[in-house]
Amino acid sequence: MQHAVETQSLTRVFRPKKKKEGKVVTALDSVDLRIDRGELFGILGPNGAGKTTILKILSTLLLPTSGKAYVAGFDVAKDLLEVRKRINMVSGGEISGYGLLTVRENLWMFSQFYGLKSKEAHRRIDVLLDRFGLRDKDKEKVRTLSTGQRQKMNVIRGFVTNPEIIFLDEPTLGLDVNAARTVREFVVDWIREDPNRTILLTTHYMMEADELCDRIAIIDDGKILACDTPHNLKKLVGMNSTLTLSVGGLNDINDFGSIPGIGNFSSTKDAEGNATSLRFILEDESAVSDIVSTVLGKGSKILSLQKTEPTLEDVFIKLVGRGLE
Amino acid sequence: MAVINDLRLLKNSAWLGWQMEANWTDPFLFATYSIVKPIAGTLILVFMYLVITGGETANDFFSYMYVGNALYMFVAEVLFGVTWVIHDDREHYMTLKHVYMAPMNFYVYILGRSAIKIAITSFGVLVTLAFGVLALGVGINLGAVDWLLLAPSLVVGLLCICILGLAMGGVSFLTAKHSIGINEGLAGVFYVMSGVVFPITILPSWAQTISKFLPVTYWMEVVRRAVVPEAMDGLAASSGYDVTGMGDMSDLTLMVLLLVSAGVFFVMSIGVFRVADNIARKKGKVDWTTAY
Ligand SMILES: Nc1ncnc2c1ncn2[C@@H]1O[C@H](COP(=O)(O)OP(=O)(O)OP(=O)(O)O)[C@@H](O)[C@H]1O
Ligand SMILES: [Mg+2]
Repeated sequence: MQHAVETQSLTRVFRPKKKKEGKVVTALDSVDLRIDRGELFGILGPNGAGKTTILKILSTLLLPTSGKAYVAGFDVAKDLLEVRKRINMVSGGEISGYGLLTVRENLWMFSQFYGLKSKEAHRRIDVLLDRFGLRDKDKEKVRTLSTGQRQKMNVIRGFVTNPEIIFLDEPTLGLDVNAARTVREFVVDWIREDPNRTILLTTHYMMEADELCDRIAIIDDGKILACDTPHNLKKLVGMNSTLTLSVGGLNDINDFGSIPGIGNFSSTKDAEGNATSLRFILEDESAVSDIVSTVLGKGSKILSLQKTEPTLEDVFIKLVGRGLE
Repeated sequence: MAVINDLRLLKNSAWLGWQMEANWTDPFLFATYSIVKPIAGTLILVFMYLVITGGETANDFFSYMYVGNALYMFVAEVLFGVTWVIHDDREHYMTLKHVYMAPMNFYVYILGRSAIKIAITSFGVLVTLAFGVLALGVGINLGAVDWLLLAPSLVVGLLCICILGLAMGGVSFLTAKHSIGINEGLAGVFYVMSGVVFPITILPSWAQTISKFLPVTYWMEVVRRAVVPEAMDGLAASSGYDVTGMGDMSDLTLMVLLLVSAGVFFVMSIGVFRVADNIARKKGKVDWTTAY
């Protein structure tokens, strides 16, 4: 089957205007990506990594310096119209819009650029305004909206044309907690609704990438360092979950070492000697129940229990050698 | 199908343009502005004429000049208006990026957005001409106007200027800062080289060669023949030589020359737009603003 997005050695170099001013920036360096239909694919990377540059190339705003990029099988450098018919893009923090139109008029206008029938456009606008809690604003002028409201309107603008593939460039940037959650929930619902839809999203929020994406490409300095499911990425770098228990009345720590699925295990008694802190590195998540039943089997009480998952941040630090923020 | 879609787009983007023009001020101010501005601009020229000739306005040459000047308003306003649309979408509404990447005919969109500007300018031209006839004795005689010549030449000329504006709009992708200056320069070339207020025959011969490639040159001549035929005849008779440099051409020849030169400009303009568009995508300038 044809990929929703495919890039082959995609490279983009920015040269300074005058030779002596500034230096040549390789924003993308031989990027190879294959994104299937139905995927919610994330590109995770720090500021200046090249995330926006990829999206600009895929959305026909920017030409590659070398290499190829295909959207729905069409070359983004040549088949502009075919690509444009199938895509839309939303950037976080985006406050664009015809300020003197109402919210509805503005959304309708953009739907017209995509040749939508007016009736269908208004039907979709209704649904989306409701979903994003902007229904009461539909007759307000765009210029009177707050920044966050404008941004939500722009998210609607992107989805109202029902694109096959949508590019979301840090879509929750600058939104408050609730609005960000609305956007994330919508994005997940949208992609599950139709297996032919594809989302390519960039972010530098680890949690967002982890929570939303089927697969993630980690990019730094224009290079893809890894690309896999969040789960596999964490495994890839040899990270395991840890389970930490605080246990009361524990007399011996025999048997814990022989529970299957445990990679490593340590124990420390607290100062008064009442509680013991046990820390397990889990190679297999199913070891948790064995650990708990072993503790209880010894007649001890569990005072607290905490399971820590490895985060993408751990993955990132391991791959890049530094943190993300 | 494609044509129907383009017509819908033309209508809708014209509506958008109308919302913007009608929005900026109340109707009374708006009407005043679109009457006062063209007349004020024209009066400057009239005063210069009076000072230089020390004479009369009710003569053939004044009619020649006045009509050319009124018609030139189209050149200046449309050329400027089209670029302004791109500038406005880019800098003010920040929508250019999305407009650009929409699967629509960008030319049609720009044309639609500019339509209201053309309508307003047409109104200004009519007001100016009426003012000329009533207050200054410009020799327009409605009975003598050659409508059959006027209508097609107006359409061809306006289309040609629109498409030229589009090419300039494309260039403004690249030099957001300088595009207004480039436009004024281009408008200036037409003003001097196309026989707007004085015949091209007073230009040096090298300049006249350039004039002969400019569609506006033929446009001015054809429209004058259609609107003030008597003054044109009178001018030719009184000066005793081919004062416009096109006196011995028939109306048909002029129309053909207008069509051909407009066609060449049309093709060239689309070429310029495409090249500019391509460079803009190569350099990543489509969604830039001058703030950068
Ligand atoms: N038009 C341009 N001209 C010159 N350099 C550019 C241009 N656009 C991007 N760059 C450079 O390319 C690199 C990648 O930029 P890009 O915008 O893709 O980063 P990003 O991953 O989106 O970062 P952020 O998280 O800050 O949005 C940066 O070093 C940037 O300075
Ligand atoms: Mg970015």
